[in-house]
Amino acid sequence: MITLNLLESAGSFAENKDLAQSLRLEKIIPALERGEEVVLNFDNVDGTTQSFIHALISDPIRIYGSNVLDRITFKNCTETVQKIISIVVDYMQES
Amino acid sequence: MKIHLPNGAFLGNIDQFLNGFDPSEPDKLDITAVENWMWLHPVALSMIASLALTLEKGRVTCPKIKARSGHYLERMGLFKFLGVESGMDITEHDSSGRFIPLTQIRNSEDLTRFITEMVPMLHLEPRQAEPIRYIISELARNVLEHSRSDNGAILCAQYFEKSNIIRLGIADTGIGIRASLSRSHRTNDDLDAIKLSLTPGVTGTTSREGGTALNAGAGLFFIKSIAVTKHNFFVIYSGNAMYKLLKRKDENDGSFTLNANANLDRHSEKANMPQWHGTVIGIDISLDSTDEFNALLDLIRDTYGKAIRERKENRYKRVAKFE
Repeated sequence: MITLNLLESAGSFAENKDLAQSLRLEKIIPALERGEEVVLNFDNVDGTTQSFIHALISDPIRIYGSNVLDRITFKNCTETVQKIISIVVDYMQES
Repeated sequence: MKIHLPNGAFLGNIDQFLNGFDPSEPDKLDITAVENWMWLHPVALSMIASLALTLEKGRVTCPKIKARSGHYLERMGLFKFLGVESGMDITEHDSSGRFIPLTQIRNSEDLTRFITEMVPMLHLEPRQAEPIRYIISELARNVLEHSRSDNGAILCAQYFEKSNIIRLGIADTGIGIRASLSRSHRTNDDLDAIKLSLTPGVTGTTSREGGTALNAGAGLFFIKSIAVTKHNFFVIYSGNAMYKLLKRKDENDGSFTLNANANLDRHSEKANMPQWHGTVIGIDISLDSTDEFNALLDLIRDTYGKAIRERKENRYKRVAKFE
């Protein structure tokens, strides 16, 4: 299992898509490829954008299917962050 | 090019200001102004500054602004962008709590730094800042990713304490919405392209449902939704067209719906306007009802999902053939 602390990499307002892409390509996808679980820890991240979350998790959902959500845990999310993640997870599964 | 500074340009009457723009002779900019003008929405300042950045030094002419309210232009940093002397001698006060001067965002790092510095400048409660930083991030990233503008995004904002509204403008001189979308979508004209860009799930990077790894095509729909929820104006001007979201009218019970189709929102639209090579967006954000942000996200989730389902249904549904 790997844990990514979003505050450290993206700050308290996680909006930088370039960073999200780096995390996805360098950490998340390789961990999923190895069969590991991924914990995305949003502790002290008080906001984010749909674009950031999309850049972070849409491709894993597209590549591995919605079952990959059983291997990704979103931890310590504020209500706003939870809702934005839910929007992205929803539309990726609807698409 | 020519542009005229009128007495007042709010989003409600921004059409007049936009119609006064003359894009001919694009190697120079002549600014004219009324003597006793009152106030220009930040979107107007962002437009003028972004035009100036496309020109060689010394190609902007601007009359001496005599009206006292001209100090506003100085404080917003307009004359620095124009490269002309304002002739105004004012004491620069700390800008905290009142405005964000004209700022050029050229890359992702500029944007992240700007957003971090912006919130303390406006002296807002965290919950008040939530929709503002969201809007600025998404709009500026749109410019950086899709506009192909040499000068990035130009933005500025002003806070009005009495009405508790932030007025924000962002402009670029890139390829415009229609050219950006045309990589993956067919559009009839600029107006059609603007309205398509407001549809959830439509991005210029792909015609595939769900977007690419980096783009979902949701940004402008989110921002339009914030404006709808907060009863605020939202204007997009690109190419020769303008779409203006008007303040919503609620049902008798106070309820309202978000529309995936921008045609269904209460709006005005105009084609055959002066050609703007790029995209301009103006928005007013009321800070009175900040508790609505999470409720808005619930509405967006419902509307977004419904829009995708309907689109898929229309795409795959076949009609029985009878002989």
